[in-house]
Amino acid sequence: MGLNRRVWPWWAVLLGLLSLPIVAGYLWLVLSSLSNQMHGLLPTGGWKLQNWRFLWESVGGRPSIWGALSNTLIFAFGVAALEVLISAMTAYAISRLRFPGRGIYLGMILVLHSFPAVSLLIAIFYILRLLGLFDTLIGVILVKAALDIPLGIWVLKGFFDGLSWDMEMAALTDGASRWVIFWRIALPLVRPGLLALGTFALLSAWGEFILPYTLIISNKTWTLSLYLQSLIGAVDLTDYGLLAAVGLFYLLPVVVLFLLGQRYLLDIYGGGSKG
Amino acid sequence: MKGSQVRLEGLSKRFGKVEVLRPLDLEVQPGELVAFLGPSGCGKTTTLLLIAGIYQPSSGGIFFDGKQVNSLHPKDRDIGMVFQSYALYPHLNLFENIAFPLRLKRIAQAEVRRRVDQVAEFLGIAQVLFRRPGQVSGGQQQRAALARALVKEPSLLLLDEPLSNLDARIRLSARSEIRRLQQDLGITSVLVTHDQSEALAMADRVAVFSTGQVQQFATPEELYHRPSNTFVAGFVGDPPMNLLQGTFTEGKFDWDGLTIPVPPGHPGGSGYLGVRPEDIRLGGEIPTRLGIAEPLGREVLLSLDLGEGKTLKVLTPAGTRLAPGASLGLELRGAPLHFFDAEGRRVGS
Ligand SMILES: Nc1ncnc2c1ncn2[C@@H]1O[C@H](COP(=O)(O)OP(=O)(O)OP(=O)(O)O)[C@@H](O)[C@H]1O
Ligand SMILES: [Mg+2]
Repeated sequence: MGLNRRVWPWWAVLLGLLSLPIVAGYLWLVLSSLSNQMHGLLPTGGWKLQNWRFLWESVGGRPSIWGALSNTLIFAFGVAALEVLISAMTAYAISRLRFPGRGIYLGMILVLHSFPAVSLLIAIFYILRLLGLFDTLIGVILVKAALDIPLGIWVLKGFFDGLSWDMEMAALTDGASRWVIFWRIALPLVRPGLLALGTFALLSAWGEFILPYTLIISNKTWTLSLYLQSLIGAVDLTDYGLLAAVGLFYLLPVVVLFLLGQRYLLDIYGGGSKG
Repeated sequence: MKGSQVRLEGLSKRFGKVEVLRPLDLEVQPGELVAFLGPSGCGKTTTLLLIAGIYQPSSGGIFFDGKQVNSLHPKDRDIGMVFQSYALYPHLNLFENIAFPLRLKRIAQAEVRRRVDQVAEFLGIAQVLFRRPGQVSGGQQQRAALARALVKEPSLLLLDEPLSNLDARIRLSARSEIRRLQQDLGITSVLVTHDQSEALAMADRVAVFSTGQVQQFATPEELYHRPSNTFVAGFVGDPPMNLLQGTFTEGKFDWDGLTIPVPPGHPGGSGYLGVRPEDIRLGGEIPTRLGIAEPLGREVLLSLDLGEGKTLKVLTPAGTRLAPGASLGLELRGAPLHFFDAEGRRVGS
């Protein structure tokens, strides 16, 4: 197809206009995190770094931001690792092995995937309480991973389905067991899928709010999203400058991750496992 | 190197309700190269994968050196296999592809190097060892697949149409190369192919398959000179044997109104008379008319019209210039004739 040279600047302008509200949002975030007061999108009352004081002191009895950051990192990487590992193993089994109940299992994964997680919250709460995992990071990690794994299985199953059977038969005759084939042949060949799923899982866990909000109480287990939320619903009047600064702080790792991971994300669309 | 003896006893395979392989008995002697020859979809690959242990037989037994191996895992069967698609690992370079079976046996790095280098040198792919499969030619991939199958010095080599993806020239040289290798190493081998000239040229013995059944298991000479039924007669030989359907009576064969004198030993009653195109001579008294002449290089294949829809293929030396429609006489006396009964089974010697 290819866009006409005469027409495309107009498209660019149109698309630019459409994304303006989002750009304005980020602009507001940056500006107000650095200024005394905002009037719309215009900073008034001069610049100040005071909004970033949460970096070196505790704000209004809240725990240190660094604790929340490390909780969030543990949470996000824990979820991503668990999700990729379990999805990969399950997807491989479903794609390659014949076992009783495989069809039913496949169907159930689909149903689970389309289940709204929120409707399960109360049940999850009771189960975690029962297991003694309520108000722990491990508990939320397990729940978040469990809820996202069905999608991961579907995504990776597609990747495994694309691997040639001959290659696996060759590995069997070369002396490999199924387990060895999984780790040494199949996994490396679906690497683009693993990296993409891992990146998605990381981003999704990073932004997760509802689960930590309901399953975590004590503020030493807070994640960044809970920290941020505490600023919005604060008893003291909401400090928008502080809110913007924390919001920006929460956002930065995602931007970094995206810059690092975009090559892999694009890889999925670039197509398959090229040598 | 050691070569094991392989015996299949009443081996059969069904996928669901479909019987892909009917009970089959066959024996491969140590150091022998046996070819499975047959048209597409007749169960050759299935049989090979049964021997490799990738499929489980539905009935019957597989014996290596007299020991039943039905439930032995493929990795414990001491086999090397080359797949039609080569099935190299695309994420590993050729060196690591070939080294893979050795790494699984936890052989020391220095020994792995030595053995991979040796087999790569032997097969002429030493220069491209550090490229990935996608970066080498089809012929080099085929060698790499062969090297991977040979490097662990298996006692049984299984080859599933290893040459079918190569162009005609390389195919011919690869044929003799594999055969020489196999004989040097004395390794028991099974070669699957649907190319009869490949099977006849390479194998000690050939098993001719059709629709899940072995029709004949014999040496190439035996297959050619004494095909055991009309399927083998029509399948082996290029161009194929002429098979005439008619009635045998005392000293004669009646082919749709044409009478051909035959020696004794025929079945009597209805049946088939087989005669190879290269055994028929021109210049006799059976009158025919030339249909088409196909030059095949050294020889010309003539389609001769005997009237009422009867045709015969005849192979003659090139050089005789013949116009379509020309009248030609045929001579069948002295030609080796093959007799088959009404069911297509060979009768007599
Ligand atoms: N896994 C399977 N499930 C069901 N049917 C199968 C399976 N594998 C093979 N078949 C069927 O079994 C028959 C024999 O297959 P096989 O691959 O052994 O043929 P082949 O002789 O190797 O043919 P080709 O020369 O085309 O490779 C075919 O009709 C095929 O469709
Ligand atoms: Mg096949």
